[in-house]
Amino acid sequence: MKKLIISIVLVNLLVACASEKPKETVAAPEPVAAPAPAPEPKAEAPVAAPAAPVRAEVDPLNDPNSILAKRSVYYPFDVAAVQDEDKPTVQAHARYLSEHANRKVRLEGNCDERGSNEYNLGLGQRRADGVKKMLELGGANAGQSESVSYGEEKPRAKGHDEASWKQNRRTDLIYAR
Amino acid sequence: MRFIRYVLGLLLLAQASVAGAVLNIEIIGAGEHQIPIAIVPLGGDSKLAQTINEVVTGDLQRSGLFRLVDPTGKSPHELAEVSYADWQVRGAEALAIGTVAVQANNRIEARFRLLDVVKQTGLVGQVVSASEGQVRAVGHRIADLIYERLTGDKGVFSTRIAYVNRQEQRYRLIVADSDGYNEQIVLTHSEPIMSPSWSPDGSHLAYVSFETRHAAVYVQSLYTNQRMVVADFRGSNSAPAWSPDGKQLAVVLTRDGSSQIYLIRPDGSGLRRITFSGAIDTEPNFSPDGQYLLFTSDRGGSPQIYRMPLDGGLEQRLTFGEGNNFSPRHSPDGKSFVFAHLISGKFYVAVQDFQTGQMSLLTEGGWEKKPSFAPNGKIILFASEARGRGILATVSSDGRVKQHMFTQSGDAREPVWGPNF
Repeated sequence: MKKLIISIVLVNLLVACASEKPKETVAAPEPVAAPAPAPEPKAEAPVAAPAAPVRAEVDPLNDPNSILAKRSVYYPFDVAAVQDEDKPTVQAHARYLSEHANRKVRLEGNCDERGSNEYNLGLGQRRADGVKKMLELGGANAGQSESVSYGEEKPRAKGHDEASWKQNRRTDLIYAR
Repeated sequence: MRFIRYVLGLLLLAQASVAGAVLNIEIIGAGEHQIPIAIVPLGGDSKLAQTINEVVTGDLQRSGLFRLVDPTGKSPHELAEVSYADWQVRGAEALAIGTVAVQANNRIEARFRLLDVVKQTGLVGQVVSASEGQVRAVGHRIADLIYERLTGDKGVFSTRIAYVNRQEQRYRLIVADSDGYNEQIVLTHSEPIMSPSWSPDGSHLAYVSFETRHAAVYVQSLYTNQRMVVADFRGSNSAPAWSPDGKQLAVVLTRDGSSQIYLIRPDGSGLRRITFSGAIDTEPNFSPDGQYLLFTSDRGGSPQIYRMPLDGGLEQRLTFGEGNNFSPRHSPDGKSFVFAHLISGKFYVAVQDFQTGQMSLLTEGGWEKKPSFAPNGKIILFASEARGRGILATVSSDGRVKQHMFTQSGDAREPVWGPNF
C-alpha cells in the first residue's frame, strides 16, 4: 500500500512539472509515463513500481492537479466576458477538447439574483455562449459543446450578499461521462 | 327589488388541489376613504354561511377600501327583518344580508342583498349559485358585487393568480384564487419552472420549463391539462407573453445569438423575429390594444424599459436616471406601466405614466420582483421576501394598502395575475 501511495505522489509531481511549462502550452499536460498503478487505484495488480514502466494514457481531465480540474469561470456583476484570470482555464479546456474529439461538454451559465429572472436567463446564456465561442476559437468543434442558461434559478450560495453573489455569477463546464 | 340570478360557470380545473394549503395573510395600511359596511352572516346552512362570511369579509378587508362594522346582536336575513336605524347607530353606510342553502341538485344557492343604510334602499339583489365544493367562489362573487356597487370599479376577487412554488429541488406551477386559497397544481418538476403567462381567456398558461435541461416554452390547457411545446430551439427559449387576441405569443429566443424577441403562434408555427439589437431584449408585454410591446433591454449599457410599435416604428427608451429597470407590464387601461426598479441593491415596485414619464415607487424596497396588475388596475401582485422566504405580496395602485401572503411552505416566485373571464 505504501508503495502505491508513493507512486501516485510521483505521478502528481510529474504532472505538476508538466503544467508549469511556459504559457503557450498552457493546458497540455503531455501523456506521462506512469508507473504501473495508473490513476485508478484498482487498476492492474500492484506490480512493484520500478519494474517495467508501462506507458499509460492518463486522461488529464481526471487529474486533480491539472488546470482542467477547474470547471467554473466567474464574472463581475452584469458582465458576460470571460475574465483574464479565467482565460487560461477556458483555453486549456479548448485544447483538451480539440485533442479529444469524442468528448462533449455542457456549459451552464448562471447569475446572481440582482436582475429579473428573465434578464438573468439572457445574461447567463450570454456567459455560456462566450465560453463556447472561446472553446471553438481554441480548436474545439462546435458540436462538442452546448451552452445553456439557468439565470438565477440555480444559485450555489443563497445569501443576499456579495460573498454569495460572486459564487453565483459563473459558467460551469460539465463534461458528459 | 328583485334578485338577479348569477350562476358561477367556473370549470373545475383538471389538477388536484393541494390538501390543507392554508395561507397566512397580513394586511398593512388602509385606503384613504374606507366605506363602513356591516356584513351579516347569511342565514340557512350555517357551515356554508360561515365560510362565505370569511371569504367576503376577508376580500373586502384586504382591498383596504372598507371598514367592517360589527353585526353582533342583530341578524336580519330578509328585507322585512331590517331596521335601518340599528345600522345607522353603528355607523354602517351599507349592509349585506341574505341566506344560503343546498339545493336538491346539490348546488349551493346564496340569495344576497346589499342595502344602502343612509338612503334606506336596496342596491343589489342577486342569487349566486355554484356547484358543491365551490363555496369560496360564491363568497368571492358576493364580495365582487359589493365592491363593484360601492366603489364603481370592477371586482377582482373571483379572478385567479398563477405562481411558482420552489421547495428544495421541487418546483410546482400553481394556480390559485386571488386570495391565494384553492391552490391547484398545474405542473411539478425537479427542474426550474419560470414565467407563467395567462392566455387572455384564462384557459391556458404559457410558461418556461427546464425539464429538458434547458429553457423551453410550453402552453398548457388548464381544463384538459394537455400541453405542447411552443419553442424549443437551441439555447434559451423564454418570456412568453400573449397578444390580447390570444392568437400570438411574443417569446425570447437565443437561437440566432443573444436574447431577442420573436412572435410565434401558440401552436409553434409562424415564427418571426422582431428585435434586432444584439443586446439582451426580453420580458415582452403587449399593450391592451395590441399595438405596442414593452420590453427590457440592455442595449443602452444597462437594463432599462423600452417600447416598440408592432407595425415597425421606432423603438423608444422609457426609463432613465439611476438604477436598473426590469419586467414591465401595461396597466389594464394602457395609460401606465408597472416594473421592478433596482437601485442601491434593493428592488422596488414602480409605476410610470406614459404621458408624463413620471416614475413613482409604490413599496419601501427589498426583494420585490415581477409585478403585475389585477384586471381592474387597482391592485398590483408581486414577488417579495419576508422572514427568509419568498412570498406573494400585493400593493394597491395608490401604494396605500399592502398585504403579504405566506404560503404553507417553500418559496413563492414569479406570480402573475390572471384575467377576468
